[in-house]
Formats: sequence, structure tokens, C-alpha cells
Amino acid sequence: MSDEALIVLDKVNKYFGPLHVLQDVDLSVTRGEVVVVIGPSGSGKSTLCRAINRLEPINSGTITFDGRPLPAEGRSLARLRSEVGMVFQSFNLFAHKTILQNVMLGPVKVRKEKPAVVRERAMSLLERVGIANQAEKYPAQLSGGQQQRVAIARALAMQPKAMLFDEPTSALDPEMVGEVLDVMTSLAREGMTMVVVTHEMGFARHAANRVVFMADGQLVESAPPAEFFANPKSDRAKDFLSKILTH
Amino acid sequence: MDVFSDPLNREVYLTGFLWILKLTLAGGVGALVLGVLLAAMRVSPVPVLRAFGTAWVNIFRNTPLTLIIFFCYFGLFSTLGVSFSDDIDLNNFWLGVTGLSVYTAAFVCEAIRSGINTVPAGQAEAARAIGMTFRQTLTMIILPQAGRAVIAPLGSIIIALCKNATIVGTIGLMESSNAMKELINANGDAVVPIFLVFAGTFAIVLIPTGYAFGWLANRLAVKR
Repeated sequence: MSDEALIVLDKVNKYFGPLHVLQDVDLSVTRGEVVVVIGPSGSGKSTLCRAINRLEPINSGTITFDGRPLPAEGRSLARLRSEVGMVFQSFNLFAHKTILQNVMLGPVKVRKEKPAVVRERAMSLLERVGIANQAEKYPAQLSGGQQQRVAIARALAMQPKAMLFDEPTSALDPEMVGEVLDVMTSLAREGMTMVVVTHEMGFARHAANRVVFMADGQLVESAPPAEFFANPKSDRAKDFLSKILTH
Repeated sequence: MDVFSDPLNREVYLTGFLWILKLTLAGGVGALVLGVLLAAMRVSPVPVLRAFGTAWVNIFRNTPLTLIIFFCYFGLFSTLGVSFSDDIDLNNFWLGVTGLSVYTAAFVCEAIRSGINTVPAGQAEAARAIGMTFRQTLTMIILPQAGRAVIAPLGSIIIALCKNATIVGTIGLMESSNAMKELINANGDAVVPIFLVFAGTFAIVLIPTGYAFGWLANRLAVKR
């Protein structure tokens, strides 16, 4: 991890109608850092994550990625998005394309890379997430855990500078959570810059460099996981942890 | 049934349905291309295009086809001098195709648009997240899935188009309804048999067409 900031949010505000979902949020993520965002539902975690590649436009403040402010809608924004991998809660694999086509589509159509080269990379990524033998199947034929691993491979195929995970395990059956977290943990170990919105406290503890706690649209606390889980400073975080860690 | 034992009458019958077939094919291609373009306009982020698409649908979906075909002949051709061919039949044919296409495209557009609504928003988000432009997202992710969702309703539209093609007879093309009128005029004693043969021909061709579209819809359905 270097000290160079890759993602910088400065005084970011976002409203859904009268609802102030992001309130003066400041956050800086350095290269190679793994930031886990936790907090109660409705606290703005997902919105924060989606704002970083502008799937959710913000009302004020600035977001900078790799030294450049997020461009407005258009080609330059598309280019920026291609450098930021995103994994969704509901997988969102392209339902009419095979697993292999899902992984190859971005590099071939967006980056205009040669299909033969991309195919090789896609197959090795699928190998890595353990789905290579299902390459010719369609998303609906795979389990949730498998689909989510393909979604990670699809994002990685673009060779992104950072990865955003928006509750990647929340829609999974419990026995499939582990296989997805394993892939994410190995990514984190390899030095991928990651912003992960999740309810998996175990993952936050062992894979995160930093835990960010959000409540009511505000970024309440930010600390290394050991410190955060042992000594939450704010009452809001104490309250949250007491509710989830007692079971 | 002596009417159809006369080769000249059979010729009239065949020519009539050949025109219907050609009108349906050409009109169908025109309507599909135009309809997809209109649907793309109606979901585009550009207000002018959206307004154009909406206006097109409102105008052509709510105007009788007979009037549109009349306008193609008397407006486009007679008044504005738009001519497709020196051959009068071919000219009438293409004027008819124009009218059928612009009219049917409005229905195709709305069918495709309802298909777009069946595609989960996450599909477009995932496409944008890997860096696809609006056009790439639409043509590679949204429209292919939307199209598969509306094959059955498109089938109904094509069937309607085939029957609507008889209206081109009003501007003089010897399509099936004109052919039937001619045969009836010459064979007043065989009105019912002539009518049954013409109506039956439509039904015999179109009933399997409907089933074929239903089969295709099932086969191509996107599994989620």
C-alpha cells in the first residue's frame, strides 16, 4: 500500500428528494488499500459506493479518481468506469450471454482488445474463481455464489485500478457466502484497491485495512478493524456493534 | 368451385396473395427497423429524440391506416411528386409499403418499449459499470433482451400487418382483396365460395404463423 490517494471524496452531498443520504462525506482511499464500509441499512453505504463510479450522481462536493475529478455523463465517464470494477448485490450478469461472453464483453467491446487474447485472460480468471468448467453455461444455470464469482471475474477482466463491492454477499444463501469472500480475500492480499460495502464482519476483521462506519448519511468513524471492533469511539458504532455481535 | 378451375382466375388469386406476401415482408422489415429506432429514441437521454419518438407513436398509432395509405398516394405521390418507380404497380406497392411501415412502426416501438421494461435495471447498470456507452448498453444488452421478451406480441403485430396489407388495394394495387372483388364481380353466382377461399387462405397461413411466434418466444426467452 502506498500513500498515494486513488479515490478521494470531498464534502460529498447527495439527496433523494428531501432525504439527505450523503452528508458532507469525506473519504480517501489509497492505492492498495481495502476499505470496508459498514453501518445500518439506510445509512448511505451503497449510495457512497455507487457514487464512486457515478452510477449515482452526487449533488455537491467532488469525487476524484486517480487524480482526475469524475467526468460528467459521456465517453470520458465510460472510460473512467472501465477502470473501476463493480460487483453488485444482485450479480447482474448479462442474462442473454454465456459466462465466458459475460467476462469477455467489456475488454472486447469497450477496450477493443483482440478476442483471442481476451479469451485466454477470461479463461484464466474463470479458472481462478473456480468456474472455468461452466464457461459455456448461461447465468441462470449457475448458483448465486457461482454467479457472483463470475461477476468478480467480469470486473477483473477489465484490469481495473480499483474494485467496488456493493453488498456482494447479501443476496446469497449462507453456504455460498464463503466462496465469494474467499475470492475477495485473495484479491485483497494481492494488493487490489477495494471499497467493500458489507455486513460480513469476519471479512472486515481479517481482510480490511480500514473499517469505515456510516450512519444516517454521515461517515461516523474510520479506523483499522482491530481498533474499531475492540474500541468503537462513537455511541452510534457501539450501539450498532452491540446489536450485531451479540448473536 | 368452378371459379378456381379457370387458370386465369387462379392467376388473379395467386397474384393477389403474392402482393400481400411482398407487402408483409417489405412492410415488416421497414416497421421493425423503424420501430426499434423509435424505441431507442424514446428511451434515449436526448429530449428532442424522445419527443420525436413520442410524437411519431401518437400520430401514427391514432390515425386510421386507410387515411395514411391515402395520404401516401394522394399526398406523397400525386401532390408532392414522390415516385418510387415508373411501373404503376411497383410505385403503388412502395407507397403502400411506406404507409404500412410508418404505421406499424408505432406499434413495434411500443412493444419493444414494454420489452425494455422487462429488463432489470441492474443489466444496464452492469453494462455502464464496465464502461459501455449508452449506445453499446442499448444495442448489446438491453435491446437483445427486450426483443426476446416481445417476440409473441411482435408476432401479433406482424399478423395484423399482413391483414392490413389489404388496405393497399384502396390505391389500386391488385392485392388479394382487390383480386377477390374482381372475381366476385365476374362470378356473381359464386360469392360465398370465393369469399371462403380468400378468407381461408389468410387463416391457413396466419394460424401457424401465430404458433411459430409462440414457439420462438419460448425458445428464445431469456432465463433469469
